[in-house]
This record gives sequence, structure tokens and C-alpha cells, in this order.
Amino acid sequence: MDEQIGTKWMKMKKESEKEKKVIYKTMKRIRMIEEAIAEKYPEGKMRCPTHLSIGQELTPTIISMLTSKRDKAVSTHRCHAHYLAKGGSLKRMIAELHGKTNGCCKGKGGSMHLIDMKVGFMGSSAIVGNSIPVGTGIALAEKIRKTNNISIVYLGDAATEEGVFYESINFAALKKLDILYVCENNLYSVYTPLKERQPPNRNIVETVKSMGVEYTKNLTERKTEDLYKELKLVLGKIKKNGGPGFVEVETYRWREHCGPNYDNHIGYRNESEFMEYQKTDPLNMLEQMLTKEVVEFEIWKEELEKRISDEISRAFEYAEQSPWPEETEGIKGIYADNGSYK
Amino acid sequence: MKFCELVRKAIEDEMDKDETVICYGLGVTDPKGVFGTTKDLHKKFGNKRVFDMPTSENGMTGIGVGAAIMGLKVIMTHQRVDFFLLAMDQVVNSAAKMHYMYGNQLNCPIVIRLIIGRGWGQGPTHSQSLQAWFAHIPGLKVVMPTFAEDAYTLLREAIQDPNPVIYLEHRWLHETNESSVKGNISIGKARICREGKHCTIVSNSYLTLESIKAASYLSERHGIECEIIDLATVKPIDEKTILESVKKTRRICVLDTGFEICGLASEIISMVCINNEIELIDKPIKGSMKDIPEPTSYGLTKNTYLDAADISRKLLKMFKETIVENELMKLKPTRHDIPGDSFKGPF
Ligand SMILES: Cc1ncc(C[n+]2csc(CCOP(=O)(O)OP(=O)(O)O)c2C)c(N)n1
Ligand SMILES: [Mg+2]
Repeated sequence: MDEQIGTKWMKMKKESEKEKKVIYKTMKRIRMIEEAIAEKYPEGKMRCPTHLSIGQELTPTIISMLTSKRDKAVSTHRCHAHYLAKGGSLKRMIAELHGKTNGCCKGKGGSMHLIDMKVGFMGSSAIVGNSIPVGTGIALAEKIRKTNNISIVYLGDAATEEGVFYESINFAALKKLDILYVCENNLYSVYTPLKERQPPNRNIVETVKSMGVEYTKNLTERKTEDLYKELKLVLGKIKKNGGPGFVEVETYRWREHCGPNYDNHIGYRNESEFMEYQKTDPLNMLEQMLTKEVVEFEIWKEELEKRISDEISRAFEYAEQSPWPEETEGIKGIYADNGSYK
Repeated sequence: MKFCELVRKAIEDEMDKDETVICYGLGVTDPKGVFGTTKDLHKKFGNKRVFDMPTSENGMTGIGVGAAIMGLKVIMTHQRVDFFLLAMDQVVNSAAKMHYMYGNQLNCPIVIRLIIGRGWGQGPTHSQSLQAWFAHIPGLKVVMPTFAEDAYTLLREAIQDPNPVIYLEHRWLHETNESSVKGNISIGKARICREGKHCTIVSNSYLTLESIKAASYLSERHGIECEIIDLATVKPIDEKTILESVKKTRRICVLDTGFEICGLASEIISMVCINNEIELIDKPIKGSMKDIPEPTSYGLTKNTYLDAADISRKLLKMFKETIVENELMKLKPTRHDIPGDSFKGPF
């Protein structure tokens, strides 16, 4: 190998190793947080409907790596991974799940309504499709203000069945908004598989493309490196040339739709499908890759796990010690006036 | 049989009897079958008549309207009233108007089952009781049964009704098997579920169960006899039953699971107050949800929902009786956000 190419190759390898480690770190952190919530949920201290992101950590991890805190994101009922990947405060999220005053919505929102505006996470909605036009409006505002920031809209596969999805896509295409719609297709809406909701061979990417969205792609979480490359490409184009993008990413939810348990036994999906996705768990695959590629990965990993689990313990302590909201808080903030808008 | 089983049975019996009845909604055919209310119906009637649907509330409501004007009887289900808000256009501008607007040439026999609830951090967008919205619209009927047997009777009648009927089920009633008291029930008829001469309580849905608890306490400990009217039909409202009762008791307390402003309680109180034949002894009592979005936090919802203790306290004040707090405390559930200890969330 010619020496110059050799060093370049070495450099590239280093670069990609660094990136992979960042991805691993963020994903692992989200996974461990969600598992901790699942473990503690039955204690009955987090008393609100909770939709875990376990199995769906990779896409938001990559997207947040490729965007900045100035870029905005909105999300759905299943918002923990989106919020955490974007850099949302962990302890304020856990406090929110506990309904405490230090929660990111002062306890008024719960698990399905997370927000951390400091890092551009502009909220999530418990109503399917509800945040799609809101994220589109965010992109409109950014465009009017000429900020060059991107708006990310996370949605599930079921949200593409709502009229508001098409209305938003149309408007984004019309106004060439800088926005990326990320449809995380985990094959189900609650217990209903895609085939009961959409005709076979529906290609949502083609549909959106034909509506005038230029940057579109079918992706899967089962191929980490490709996913990274493609998302980088799409986001790069939006940043550089402007205009909307849409990606559909194949993914899989491990636990029940809502709540901490596994639910393969109830019969809406089968164990073998579940096992198939377990085999291609992006976190596990990345771990195997890094074990081969990185010297002393095990040691690094152990330290990482230790750091994360300390952070999680601190977040739960923070949440449990945080006071309940004052009763008077309940009647505040209905309108934005008298300083209640804070 | 439990409320949820009787809802299911009403659908099953109507589908058996009338093959124009169809039934669909998110989760209708899944293993949980909308809290048991549609469980396995598709196995009996096939997937042409019973099916799951795309997450397309507005479109699917309009589709139901289209099928209904063609002569099918449509039962549509949503797991929360809040999700149905996407479909307000179709229910208000199509379903409710068609018969009138097209000069009685077509009608729209559609039943829209909507689930309301409280507790377990349902929060601002999963907990609303919007019966007043629907009752506000000419052309809609609004039914909200309390007793399991009434749920059955009223649902069967709703399915056969030639008009759009909004049928509201409280999540905390699904597991109950309260049998109804004497007398027939039908759409448009309120049910007197306890007789009394001192005060009329008009309440609906889950709140009627709390009213009954309060009424027993008030009778036993204070000799106050409440007459409870369960407003199983919100619209058309049974003015006659309400007014006749208040003529007798000359006191009224209205309890509603919905919001207080422009709500059902205000409507009923105004109905009583403008009636020439009624002269109230005491100011009416109004108990509904405060004009505040429902917070999620367990800490903030403690005083959000009315329970038997709150109802008793309101009435004791009316009758200027001494309030014995520790007795009232016994009327409270152990935890305000669950119907019983068997409930572990998340729903
Ligand atoms: C308008 C509306 N309809 C129905 C629901 C009930 N619901 C909550 S989550 C959900 C599933 C949505 O599936 P998907 O968008 O694929 O997201 P996933 O849960 O798979 O992440 C449904 C139907 C809702 N919240 N809002
Ligand atoms: Mg899905």
C-alpha cells in the first residue's frame, strides 16, 4: 500500500472507530435507562402510561450525532430515545415520570410529553400524528427566520395513516422546508400489524417522493453502518441545498406497546419474529464489531456501564427526592401571563 | 356479567340478529379486544363485518357515515375520546347534519363508542370527558351508561337507532358488574337509582357510583335522603324526570365528569332554575372538572376527581351539618388514581 493512502486509511479507520464508539455509548445509555425504568415501573412510583424505546435506540442516536442542539426535534408517545439522544436531561425526565416538580414538565406531562428546549427537543405528543404538523411549523419558522436549522419529526408507522401526515408533507414540499421526517417502522401499532392497516407492498417512501419530497430513503436499523452513511447523506443534502427529506427506518420494539413487560405470549406477534430481530439487535451487533476492532474494548465498556449506571441511580434518587408539585401549581400556567409562562 | 362483557354481548346479539351491523375500530380484533368489549367477535362474524382499522380517525368516521347512509349499521370504537377529536369534522358536519340538511332523505345509523376515564397519569390528552361537546350539536344523541345492564340495553338500542349515537364508556366501569335498579331504561330516559326527599343528585357514568356511596353515608349518619338520577342519556335529556324530582326535593346537586365551563352541570342547573314551578330552598351545587387541563402527576391529581367524600362534603355544607373529616376519609379510595388495588396500570 502506498504510504499516503495507508495513513489516510488509518485515519479513516480511526474516525469511524470514534464514531462507532459514540454511537455505542449513546445507545447503550438509552438502553440501560429504559431497562431501569422497566425494572422499577412495577413499584408503582411512576404512575403514567409509559412506552419504552428498547430496541429502537439506533436511529435517534445517529440523527442526534449528525445534527446540533440548534436543530429541533419533535416526537411521539414513544419519545424517551428521541429525547435522550438529543441530549434531554435524564434526571428531569425521570422526575417527570415520577410526576415530581423537578420534572421536565413540572409533572404535568408525564412520560408521553417530554420537552427540553435547551437542546432543541420541542416536545412530544400522546396523540398519534399530532406532532407532525407542529414539527413542520417549526421548520417554517426556521425558514422565515433564515436560521438554517433543521427540524426533525419522529413518527411511527401508524402515523402515516393519519390525514395530517399528508397535509404536512405537502406543505413542507411546497415551501421547501428544511425538515427530516423520520418514520420508525416497528411493524405494529399497539397490537395491530401493518398488514391489517395498509395494503401489501405499500411503499411510503415512494408515496412521499411522488408528493415532491426530494431526499427520501428506505433504511433499516439492522445495518448500522449503512444507516449512518445514508442519514449523513440525507441530512447533508438538507443542510446544503434545503428542502424536505423523508426516511423510513425498519426497527423493532422489544417490550409491550405500553408498559414494562414482554408480551409475545398474548398472540399478536410470534416469538420467532421477535428472536429474529433479537439476533440483529443493533446494539449487540455494534458491540461485537467493536470487540473485534477496538483494543481493550471490554475494559472501556465496563467503565462505561459503571458510569451510566451511576448516572441512572443518581437520576432516580433525584426524582424520588424531588418534591411533589405544590397543589397551587396545578392551577397555574393555563394561560401565558403574569409570569406563569416560564 | 361485567360491564365490558355486556358491551360485547350487546354487539354480538345485534350482529346475530341483524346482518347489516358492522363493527370496527383500532384494536377491535387484537388479543385484548378493546378492554374485552370486542374480544373474538371477528372469529364469529368474520373479518368483513368486524375489523381493525388504520390509524385514520377522521377518514374512518366519514367512511362509517358513507356506509351508514347506504343502510349498514355501523359501530365504531375508539380507545379514548381524545383520539376521536381528529374526527370532529365528520361527526359534526356529516353524521349529525345529513338527515336534516338533505330534507330527511337519508339517515346515518352510526354508533361511536368512545372511552373516557380518569387516573394513572392519563394526563391532559388521555383523560377528557367531552360529552358536552357532542351534546352541543343538534342531530347527535349522547349516551353514557353507568350500570352494566344498562350498558347492554342502551347499546342495543343505540345500534338500532336510525341516528348517530355517541356512546361513552368510563374505563373504570368496565370491570364493574353493578346491576341496575328497577324500571326500564331506554335512550332519552334517565334512571332514578335511589329515591329520597331532601335533595336531587343528577350524576353520570362513574360519578353515579360515587354518588350512591355518598348517599348511603348521608342517610345513615345524617338522615339526609338523596334522590339520585343517573343521567344515562345526556341527549336527548330527560327533563321530565329531573324536574319532577326537583319539584319534590327543591334541592339539586349536579355532578358531571366533564369540564365545568359551558358544561353539562351548568346546563341542568339552568334548566332547573328557569323553571317556573320550582323554587329551590338552597343554591344548587355544581360538581365538575375544574377549568384546568388535567395534570399527569400523582401529586397534582389528588383533588382533581370527585369522589364520595367530596360529594358528601358538598351536601353536608348545603344542609349545614357538621362535617366529620375522619368519617369522610373512609369514603375515599386508598389511592385516588386507581379504581382498586388490582389495577396496576398502565391503562
Ligand atoms: C389519534 C390517535 N389515535 C389512536 C391513538 C392510540 N395509540 C397510541 S399509540 C398507538 C400506536 C401508534 O403506532 P405507531 O405510530 O406505529 O407508533 P409505535 O407505538 O409503534 O411506536 C395508538 C394507535 C392515539 N394515541 N392517538
Ligand atoms: Mg409502530
